[in-house]
Amino acid sequence: MKKALGELLSGFVSLLTGMRITLRQFFMKDVTVRYPHEALKMPKRYRGHIVFVRDAESGKSLCIACKSCEKACPSDCIVVDGIKREGEKRKSVTDFNLDFTRCSLCGSCVEVCPVDALEFSKNYNLASTRKDVYQIDLVKRMEDGPK
Amino acid sequence: MSFLAFNLLEPWPEPFRLFLYLAGVMAFVGANAAYLVWVERKGAARFQRRPGPTEVGPAGLLQPIADAIKLMSKQVHVPPDSDRILFRLAPVMVMSPGLMCLATIPFSDTIGARNLDLGLVMVFAFGSINVMAIMLGGWASRNKYAIISSARIVSQNVAYEIPMLLVVITMLMITGTTNLHTIVEQQAGGFWHWNILKVWANPLMPVTFLIFFTCMLAETNRAPFDMAEAESELVAGAFTEYAGMGFGVFFMAEYANILVGCSLATVLFFGGWQSPIGVFSGVVWFLVKLYLLIFTVIWIRWTFPRTQFYRLLNLSWKILIPISLGTLMLTCVMLKIF
Amino acid sequence: MLLEKTNLVKSGDNETFVLNLGPQHPATHGVLRVKLTMDGEYITRAEPVPGYIHRMHEKMGENRTWAQFLPNTSRIDYLSAMHYTHAYVAAVERAAGIEVPLRAEYIRVITSELNRISSHLVWFGAFILDLGGFTPLLYAFDDREKILDLLESVTGARLTYCYYRFGGLCNDVDSDFITGTKEFIEYLKPRLEMYRQLVTNNIILKKRLEGIGPISAEMCRKYGATGPVIRGAGVACDVRRVEPYSVYPELDFEIPVYHEADCMARYLVRMDEMYQSLRILEQAIAKLPEGPIMGKVQKSVKVPAGDYYFAVEASRGRFAVRIVSDGKEIPYRLKLRAPSFSNLSLFEEASQGMMLPDALALMGSLDLVIPDIDR
Repeated sequence: MKKALGELLSGFVSLLTGMRITLRQFFMKDVTVRYPHEALKMPKRYRGHIVFVRDAESGKSLCIACKSCEKACPSDCIVVDGIKREGEKRKSVTDFNLDFTRCSLCGSCVEVCPVDALEFSKNYNLASTRKDVYQIDLVKRMEDGPK
Repeated sequence: MSFLAFNLLEPWPEPFRLFLYLAGVMAFVGANAAYLVWVERKGAARFQRRPGPTEVGPAGLLQPIADAIKLMSKQVHVPPDSDRILFRLAPVMVMSPGLMCLATIPFSDTIGARNLDLGLVMVFAFGSINVMAIMLGGWASRNKYAIISSARIVSQNVAYEIPMLLVVITMLMITGTTNLHTIVEQQAGGFWHWNILKVWANPLMPVTFLIFFTCMLAETNRAPFDMAEAESELVAGAFTEYAGMGFGVFFMAEYANILVGCSLATVLFFGGWQSPIGVFSGVVWFLVKLYLLIFTVIWIRWTFPRTQFYRLLNLSWKILIPISLGTLMLTCVMLKIF
Repeated sequence: MLLEKTNLVKSGDNETFVLNLGPQHPATHGVLRVKLTMDGEYITRAEPVPGYIHRMHEKMGENRTWAQFLPNTSRIDYLSAMHYTHAYVAAVERAAGIEVPLRAEYIRVITSELNRISSHLVWFGAFILDLGGFTPLLYAFDDREKILDLLESVTGARLTYCYYRFGGLCNDVDSDFITGTKEFIEYLKPRLEMYRQLVTNNIILKKRLEGIGPISAEMCRKYGATGPVIRGAGVACDVRRVEPYSVYPELDFEIPVYHEADCMARYLVRMDEMYQSLRILEQAIAKLPEGPIMGKVQKSVKVPAGDYYFAVEASRGRFAVRIVSDGKEIPYRLKLRAPSFSNLSLFEEASQGMMLPDALALMGSLDLVIPDIDR
């Protein structure tokens, strides 16, 4: 009897302790970021889809169409093509297609690139109802892009 | 407040008054059921340190209306194998206790729908319809989860009705009346006159209130006793097969029942409209007490995990019933001696 | 009539019915289906039906180069991605004889332990959610968010880190990460104390977990259950101790063991493990040496022919990678030993005769991750 009552009392106290804790949380500040109204800054190393790095002098891509990324990609989502232009030492890229529907954002392509021609974009708002939006042409994107 | 005073309306013809009572009670229950959902969501959000609904209207205040429109525009799908009549009847029945019981609750000395001599008895007579409706809804939908839920809610209700009524009998012995208006009038003059602190009649009065409150949580299927809904076990329990406003009505009825339960607790234990300092009594005090109790119900829900079903029955049969019988006996003795 | 119509009663004398728990059910946390044969609310037989999210990770491993399989390792058990990557890179390192610099090993331990805490926090929240308490889930996710922010700042991803490489790491940690981790350690200690008061001591939770779902050490041995499940059954089996790897032997930490073998024991093991992980983090940060983060590795890894095996202690138990190489640039066979699969296997025996909510508490205490079961 005494034991049962003691247990009942300690159980009741544990319930009150729990309620005290949640009440204290009740008066604390929100921890939520109200996403569409405010957004967090992506960290430096955030892995978005890949984009070309622009050469500071010529404004062109650094890519030499060596196809290392094409080989390294585990999902076969990169197709690269390039030509060797007259008077240039290296090949230059003509086509760089990323099939983002298959990309798993592993970053292998950026890592293997011998000339560091690729970087991650910080774009994470990538929702669409159309599939062709995700067929990203990196060459065209760089030429059109304001950056 | 859309409630109308008996005194003021006394010279008016009876059918007209009846209509006004009905409209008033319905409006009060409807508005509360809708906006308690908002309060619950906001309250839960605060306990979990998030903002809750913010987008529809200022501070999300139009959210219940948006939800109602969404639910009403949905098809009320009746499962092909179900009992069609009972399936449709259950959501209608589940709202009735909220509407019926509030008619006897005195909001203040002058505001109240109907002053019945048997008010307390009526509240309990109609209060259990809620459980029957949920049971029927679960049974009629012929879903295995729903039927488990129906079985649970019935045995839960049987188990908790007993200690609740024992507590009420204790109260009746102290007050000597079932008229809720008179019960509140007896508690006039400062918080030390409230029934919860009437320790000369029964030294265990606060415990009696705790039993009443626990039973009320169990009767209204609120956490930690939400066995019937138990979303992580039974998906949505008895409401699994309900879509659209069918579900919406069950959802609102839960809040209507909390409203009734908390009103009753206010009247029985906290002196209804009586002010805690003895002066300036009025409807404001009733509402303050009512919503504080409702806040506690929400607070409890967002703090504790759910109990197990047999623990729930054990709690009732092994703890609550013996204690409430004990307080009943104690009250008998105390009243006889003093 | 009604009973016949709803198939509630099978013909014959046993009045049981079949209840499909899942593949879409709030308590299975994913697409696991459990076929329950019920007698009222009592379970007479529970048959798990996995496979709804089978993605052929093992077969995929046989079709890509050693390095190309790295992203997959984060996606098997998405809650302990670091450990899984660790097991795979360490297996290849063992096979190819690659030396890993000390700094890289320490950073591996730091990130792994952070990952373990975040995984346990998710389990904690989800488990209490299974038991009907909603609020601790959001508190736990708030804490986990801080870990994810830390790991994101180093690896660039929040879940599928893919941070370890053969011979080291893909990039070094900065001082912000170190200070952030130190702050996090100090932040989490009072939070864990709060969880103890709010949840562990709660009478309702105690009554729901104590004595529920006993899993004996014998049953663990029979089904190969590891991790907190076996440690809750009184066996101090932790890969970090019994088959030490990385720099764990140099760190001082305890293996929490409880002998009650019930849901509460497994719960307490995980709660204590978070404290131990914090201890490991403190020591590893204090000892973190300077130096390179990448060992000497050829551009494409050559794995000599043979059969290699490496096990790590993941959040849910022993995760092991067995690689069979025939000397080519792709694996001949890649076998993944997933802890959740073994832990689920004992559910059928352990849930015998239990009530439905108790069985769900048992399932929650096993901490199943469905993609880990199906692979």
